[in-house]
Amino acid sequence: MDTLTIGSRTFNSRLLVGTGKYKDFTETQEAVEASGAEIVTVAIRRTNIGQEQGPNLLEFINPNTTTILPNTAGCYTITDAVRTCQLARELLDGHDLVKLEVLGDEKTLFPNMSQTIEAAKILIEDGFQVMVYCTDDPIACQELDDLGCVSIMPLASPIGSGLGITNPYNIQIILENATKPIIVDAGVGTASDAAIAMELGCDGVLMNTAIAEAKKPVLMASAMRKAIESGREAFLAGRMSKRLYASKSSPGDGTID
Amino acid sequence: MTAQRLQIVLNGSSITLKSSSLSDLVDSLNLTNARYAVEVNQEIIPKSAIADYTLTNNDVVEIVIAVGGG
Repeated sequence: MDTLTIGSRTFNSRLLVGTGKYKDFTETQEAVEASGAEIVTVAIRRTNIGQEQGPNLLEFINPNTTTILPNTAGCYTITDAVRTCQLARELLDGHDLVKLEVLGDEKTLFPNMSQTIEAAKILIEDGFQVMVYCTDDPIACQELDDLGCVSIMPLASPIGSGLGITNPYNIQIILENATKPIIVDAGVGTASDAAIAMELGCDGVLMNTAIAEAKKPVLMASAMRKAIESGREAFLAGRMSKRLYASKSSPGDGTID
Repeated sequence: MTAQRLQIVLNGSSITLKSSSLSDLVDSLNLTNARYAVEVNQEIIPKSAIADYTLTNNDVVEIVIAVGGG
């Protein structure tokens, strides 16, 4: 069985999905189910004060088939990211798996790597299993791997951009050095992008906008599931080498006159 | 004599409370279906400790839930 192990947990699916930007929780639920994802990210936010509390997202996520992955999206400082993880752990009754992101800039949503590394150290020390959103810089990824993050998650391109894998060569270098699962996080736009990530040898892909902003999100979730599976199988199968000229597939001999 | 009123900051907004009980404040938000976490002055208050927790003037309270995100 080709499974994915992240920290102390093992999964069958290599597609991780976010829950943002859907039109309602029913659509979120249907998309998550169609994706087959077993890891589902959520954000941690203040409750609205003085407003009717509507349904809650967590009621729409099946705890028997999915692991909740709280993120620190929107955090621009080490302190806020650490506090958010601690609140998430309390909210989820001691759950220790988190997605760390410390952002550097509103416009690019690129991670601030020096702060990300510091926050990762604090969280690991505090007992968290840290999956970390980072740049596709092989040196930074190596450092996060060395300091004990359970999964390294380089961006393919900016969050929500749909630009796809902009630097496959960096991803390749990161994969060569990795001792932890490498999960491309952010930037995937369509199924072929996800397949490319998997064909490169990535252990998984985390996406949100590519599914949520598709015209038919549930159908795109299903497409992504297949892309991840086929990309993974292609990687395991090992692709043929490229050659410049043609090579016959049918025998050269025995053709009729 | 008027009841002692308490000024706190809840999720970034200044509010006045009649009760200093943290669980009264949480109950007033009708979070019945939601899983939530509470922080006072940047310290997490475990769910088991909320019932006995007494707020004081100028406390800064954060109450968070899980929402959609990527």
